Amino acid sequence: MNKQESGLKISNLKVKTAGKEILKGVSLKINPGEIHALMGRNGSGKSTLSYTIMGHPKYEISEGQIEFNGRNINDVSPDERAKMGLALSFQYPVAIPGVTVLNFLKTTLKAVLDREIPIKELKAMLKESMAKLEIKDEFLSRYVNDGFSGGEKKKLEILHLTLLKPKLAILDETDSGLDIDALKVVASGISALNEAGSAVLLITHYQRILNYVSPQFVHIFENGQITQTGTKELALQLEEFGYEHFAHNATKEVNYVS
Amino acid sequence: MSAELKPLDNLSQMGLDYKYGFSDVEDYIFKSGRGLTPEIVSKISAMKNEPQWMLDFRLKALEMFYKKPMPNWGNTKLLNEIDFANIFYYIKPSQKQGTNWDDVPEGIKNTFDRLGIPEAERKFLAGVTAQYESEVVYHSIREDLEKLGVVFLDMDSGLRLYEDIVKKYFATVIPANDNKFASLNSAVWSGGSFVYVPKGVKVDIPLQAYFRINAENMGQFERTLIIADEGSFVHYIEGCTAPVYSTDSLHSAVVELIALPNSHIRYTTIQNWSKNVYNLVTKRAYAYENAKVEWVDGNLGSKLTMKYPAIYLMGENARGEVLSIAFAGEDQHQDAGAKMVHVASNTSSLVVSKSISKNGGRTSYRGLVKIHEDAKNVKSSVKCDALLLDDMSRSDTYPTMEVEETDVTVEHEATVSKVGEEQLFYLMSRGLTADEATSMIVNGFFEPFTKELPLEYAVELNRLIKLEMEGSVG
Repeated sequence: MNKQESGLKISNLKVKTAGKEILKGVSLKINPGEIHALMGRNGSGKSTLSYTIMGHPKYEISEGQIEFNGRNINDVSPDERAKMGLALSFQYPVAIPGVTVLNFLKTTLKAVLDREIPIKELKAMLKESMAKLEIKDEFLSRYVNDGFSGGEKKKLEILHLTLLKPKLAILDETDSGLDIDALKVVASGISALNEAGSAVLLITHYQRILNYVSPQFVHIFENGQITQTGTKELALQLEEFGYEHFAHNATKEVNYVS
Repeated sequence: MSAELKPLDNLSQMGLDYKYGFSDVEDYIFKSGRGLTPEIVSKISAMKNEPQWMLDFRLKALEMFYKKPMPNWGNTKLLNEIDFANIFYYIKPSQKQGTNWDDVPEGIKNTFDRLGIPEAERKFLAGVTAQYESEVVYHSIREDLEKLGVVFLDMDSGLRLYEDIVKKYFATVIPANDNKFASLNSAVWSGGSFVYVPKGVKVDIPLQAYFRINAENMGQFERTLIIADEGSFVHYIEGCTAPVYSTDSLHSAVVELIALPNSHIRYTTIQNWSKNVYNLVTKRAYAYENAKVEWVDGNLGSKLTMKYPAIYLMGENARGEVLSIAFAGEDQHQDAGAKMVHVASNTSSLVVSKSISKNGGRTSYRGLVKIHEDAKNVKSSVKCDALLLDDMSRSDTYPTMEVEETDVTVEHEATVSKVGEEQLFYLMSRGLTADEATSMIVNGFFEPFTKELPLEYAVELNRLIKLEMEGSVG
């Protein structure tokens, strides 16, 4: 495949939901293997961007396009996007009562790989990442996100993404609601995901996770747009001066695409 | 954006594919005319060589049936559409009953082969009866159980061989005048199972009865009586199917369970009638001191089901459980529930009811918890969950509580939910199609029921649900 065509390319994306425009012209390119952090305040439209990339039907694209590996995916269903190598770690993963974690992992992996994975093989595949994420075996027989703590939900998201090996993992506020110990564990899971070959779009409104995951690019997101792009330094400045400072000093976009 | 996330379009086929809808050419020893008269009742009794008391019982019940009004609750519209004059009340398919499948007439044997019964029998059942139209055509029981004194027969043979026991218990739990359909069954009953488990005997693997209607406008009225003597255990499973016809058939069973002190009866039903069958069944159990009765009741098929398995907790420390699921697709109404009657102190009951409606299907939970005066320290818990797959479908809950005592703990919880867009999106974003995602949610919803089934049935039930969700032709 032509190198220029691989990865995610979002061009001038405008998105509405319930008649209201949330994304107001987002452009973003993520090459294979890169880590990007997208930082913004609550309500700035970060989650809308992640849902739209994954294909949530509630969000309507009114202008612009999303290309993945050279294909316009504006009208592609979420399951097809998953099969193409996109995955989203949810900010608020929903419970599926009565469905065990093991069954959930097995069924989705089969769908994505189009191949039945024997339980034994699946457990072997999970073993290392479960240890790294400090997940016990009993976890597999619990019902998906049913009665899970915030930390357990996020661990399951990372475990699942590690198993699916997406080309691009979108992590929507994966760090929110975690105590410092859980944050470290989840962050090392994210790094491992990247080391295994996934590009990462890390959506957050705190700088603290960037102490453990190192992005090549940091974007500041404000009112449905990327207002500034830089390196990790930008996140540190953001920490020091706050979003307000950047909101009033929106500068030209830095050309980060090599 | 126009990414697809519309389960309803893709699921429109669910419940329409019924792989048991085939029928056999009719080749019968005897088929009554349409309609019901005292002559037909007498003829049924005579063909079975019954004792006089049973004929008297039948004729008296027939009068009750004529006199009793239709229930004025439930789905009265559909009930009043039943044309009693158009039904065949008795069909005898073969001359004798086989204890070996090779003795069963070829056509009928092939039918049960297609339904997988002989295979299931070989794999995991302790005994089988197979009823075709009005009569049991095959029956067997594991030899070691027979030696222990376990009786597993069709009801007619039970009456012939164990008349004393039958006379002692028959219609004591459900009298002929209980309701219009119990009266009807009492008048024209044929087939069903008679089970007696002696003191202290535990039947470790299930006994199964399989009911098949073949003829159009057939009325099947099996009668089952299970007696678990002190300290015994038995698990009885029944399954049922019928061909798809454009006009209706009627299935109206009466099932009586007697759990003597310290015994345990589990009765599992997987009802999968075709969608032209009225399924109007009366099921009731008496649980004596320290006994336990469980109804595990799955309702997938039929046009209209009205069925409320009941447990009368007659002795101290008796325990009753009803665990039921109902699935209603287009043109189906599952009006099901449970009745728990606490007669004695220190008794407890649990009802868990789960229903799914789609394509305009309708489910109702109708339940009664009754606690008699002086029944102290009683605990009862009822939990009903309904899941709607679309906006056209309907679910209602009609709980009744009659509590005549203060020293009781009674809980009732009911929820109605819809398959959420967020659940679907979550599963689809991990690679499942809308149909696969919905069937995963449905299977999860039914899981508390499925996990109580023997593995083979659980697998079959999940497969059935998946098949129906995918809308593929079976």
